[in-house]
Amino acid sequence: MSKYKFLEEKIAKVLMVVATLLVLAFVGNILYTIVHKGLPSLTWEMVSKIPEGGYYNGGGGGVLNAIVGSLYIVAGSTFLGLLISIPVVFYLNVYLTKKSRFAYAARLAFDVLFGIPSIVYGAFAFSIMIYFGMKTSLGGGILVLTLLIIPIFIRSMDEVAKHLPKELLDASYSLGATKLETIGVVIRQIAPGIATATLLSIGRAIGDAAGVMFTAGFTDSIPTSLGQPAATLPLSVFFQLSSPSADVQNRAYASALILTLIVLVISLTGRFITAHFSKNKV
Amino acid sequence: MMATQVLETTALKTGISGLPFNRNSIYRAEMVDTIPGINPIYKLRNTNLKVRNLNVSIKKNQILKNVNLEIPDRKITCIIGPSGCGKSTLLKTFNRLNDDVEDISITGEIRVDGVNIFDKDTEITSIRKKMGLLSQRPCPLPMSIFDNIAYGCKLHGIFKKKALKEIVERQLKGVGLWEEVKDRLHEPAVKLSIGQQQRLCLARGLAVEPEFILADEATSALDPISSKLIEDLFIKLKKDYAIVLVTHTLRQALRIADHVVFMYLGEVIEEGPAEDVFNNPKHELTRKYLEGAFS
Amino acid sequence: MASFSLNRILKDKVAESSMFLLTTLSVVLVVLIGIGLYVKSIPIIEQKSLLELITSTTWQPSQGEFGFLPFIAGTLWVTGLAILIALPIALLTALFLSEHSKPWVKKFVFPALDILAGLPSVIYGVWGTLLIVPWISEKLAPHFVEYSTGYTTLAGGIVLGVMILPLLVSLFCEIFGAVPRELRDASLSLGATKWQTSKHILLRKTAPGILAAVILAVSRAFGETIAVLMVCGNIPQLPHSLFDSCYPLPALIANNYGEMLSVPMYESALMLAAFLLFIVVFFFNAVSRVVLYRIERKFR
Repeated sequence: MSKYKFLEEKIAKVLMVVATLLVLAFVGNILYTIVHKGLPSLTWEMVSKIPEGGYYNGGGGGVLNAIVGSLYIVAGSTFLGLLISIPVVFYLNVYLTKKSRFAYAARLAFDVLFGIPSIVYGAFAFSIMIYFGMKTSLGGGILVLTLLIIPIFIRSMDEVAKHLPKELLDASYSLGATKLETIGVVIRQIAPGIATATLLSIGRAIGDAAGVMFTAGFTDSIPTSLGQPAATLPLSVFFQLSSPSADVQNRAYASALILTLIVLVISLTGRFITAHFSKNKV
Repeated sequence: MMATQVLETTALKTGISGLPFNRNSIYRAEMVDTIPGINPIYKLRNTNLKVRNLNVSIKKNQILKNVNLEIPDRKITCIIGPSGCGKSTLLKTFNRLNDDVEDISITGEIRVDGVNIFDKDTEITSIRKKMGLLSQRPCPLPMSIFDNIAYGCKLHGIFKKKALKEIVERQLKGVGLWEEVKDRLHEPAVKLSIGQQQRLCLARGLAVEPEFILADEATSALDPISSKLIEDLFIKLKKDYAIVLVTHTLRQALRIADHVVFMYLGEVIEEGPAEDVFNNPKHELTRKYLEGAFS
Repeated sequence: MASFSLNRILKDKVAESSMFLLTTLSVVLVVLIGIGLYVKSIPIIEQKSLLELITSTTWQPSQGEFGFLPFIAGTLWVTGLAILIALPIALLTALFLSEHSKPWVKKFVFPALDILAGLPSVIYGVWGTLLIVPWISEKLAPHFVEYSTGYTTLAGGIVLGVMILPLLVSLFCEIFGAVPRELRDASLSLGATKWQTSKHILLRKTAPGILAAVILAVSRAFGETIAVLMVCGNIPQLPHSLFDSCYPLPALIANNYGEMLSVPMYESALMLAAFLLFIVVFFFNAVSRVVLYRIERKFR
């Protein structure tokens, strides 16, 4: 019997290592494919010009429209998202007690919102836009992405805020501060949490395609007002890929590379911040 | 039943592997029991545990310093000392449960029946089988009462239903649980009270026929009545096993210890038979501890 | 002095009320979305019964035929495949990382998982188109069928499976980490090997948590749009084999939003699709979160 037990242990160990290696292989393969296909077509022109006429059939230009469009949308929605989420997180953690039923229900609601796919947000926002007579525009894109990232913000900041040591709050109250004033203390404590949450949300927002499809539209130019349609990087990749021209397809890969690089940089910055700040945490 | 026979023993039966199996080596063993249909169970006559120059550090903090000990067979050895002096670490090192702790460094040797447990050739699971561990918080496995006890048996090759039933009944009777649970053997073990759970854990540990019982503050989470039950069990069991009990209540040690080891800050300050250490402590620190100067 | 403190307290109260309002609004958002989508789908439900819509397989919007079954089937197939592929890999990886490997392994596998989790879905779509689709078409399919373009249900399942891997692994690791050390010690000290402990004790103890995590992953997979859209073929048919193309619900919505205003009832049909998605995701999410909360509380 004992020999079987050791055989089983060995087989299990092998399987586990294989599984882990498989996961690593997937990551490596995806990154490699994107770089391998995208790098040759990545030129300065790609990032500095907007598409010229006939771009999608092989004409000249680049994806600046998408890069800037994505940046605008993400900036707008991150700003709005922070504006809404920070008060909510404070409310949940400073004003409400841990046992509060409302807090439990709210957190559950946010978890559900977190799980709603972006296409549903897109459909919902699209209906609202039609109702108000809005056309596909930068504003619409910002609207959708704000909806999308609010739950992400709230969840990640809440995770950090939940672990606020009670003594910290008590120390502030015993100095006679109101709850509102204590928020200054709280912000300082969870600042890295806010930073990581922001980066997380930016990463998620910039990569989203399904939500902005119906709402931000697409265009070859850079939007100059909230009412104009805006291009986004993911959609740009998608549209370029559907072109019959092999040149354009290669440019799609290059755009994909640009997108991937942006996301990787954001992710690395996030890790760096967490690592840097957790040394100084209370 | 307790026929003293001088016998050849195989590596499987005694659970020691890596020992040079020499047809001319004979170990003093006595036949402890038989279960119909299974090989007789032998136990080495005088088991012992010798610790030599044991040093354990975790993340550069030295927890145990130069520990030299001998745990006698068929006695209750109490390890006493103020909290944080390394008692639990010592106990966990006996059955090598510390192996996976991050950044741990262990030097020295621990010989169980002559075999150094840290040897590369020593097979961990057979060493652990010899040591029954009882933790501070009762830890029933997520299964029925019956399966809790049967789990250990199945690990070591006993699958026959009849044998398992016999073992479960015998062990439960041995810890005084049989009457209380015989009608609900297949209910989840977590439904028992804490005192019952601890006794179940003891029965579970005994089912694999260990030679040592290591108890890490096994009664500190229990109410006084359950504690007393466990202590009485230890007294009953000591005639067949070597019991090592880590305790931070001096009273418990005074009640049941035969042999005492006093530790302070990772070092063994004093050890010896209970009457000697309690009545004539040789070391200043021991005297202070016994007087309650610190705990 | 008195008015000064009144002022502060007033500010505090105002702030509290506005935050309360904001929080409530955010919570109410869930309900709003549900209601909004439902209201939009009413026209088509009134025209044809819900049952007929869900069970019919004809999809000809220009002729007023809206059979959703192919899309529902497509979603189920692709999601089922994804779980089938991802679950064993994720379980084994999580067991390895939390129980059977040296600590340093975690240090570089977790970042890799984070990268995987952060990749936009269009990137997965590109990878799928470049690698998986040709692989299926050239290397795999010839063993099984006469011809396949590679834009298949299988491709969708594989890409989706890789996408939910990081979620599953991190959830599993969290669940395994919550199991108290004593339980493992108890098993080990009976003489069990590490793997026996993992198999008989750990998995048993964490079974409900694992189930909850899988449900969460399923709900994530249901809603994934672009990556699947790019590799699944987008043909509204009931897939009869892995090598048939399929057309999951999210892809349906995404592909046709442009036309939906021109054909009568089309908009309502697509909103119904979105509503169906919303309902399923809502329930799966709520149920599994509640289970996970309960488990978390037990261990505190």
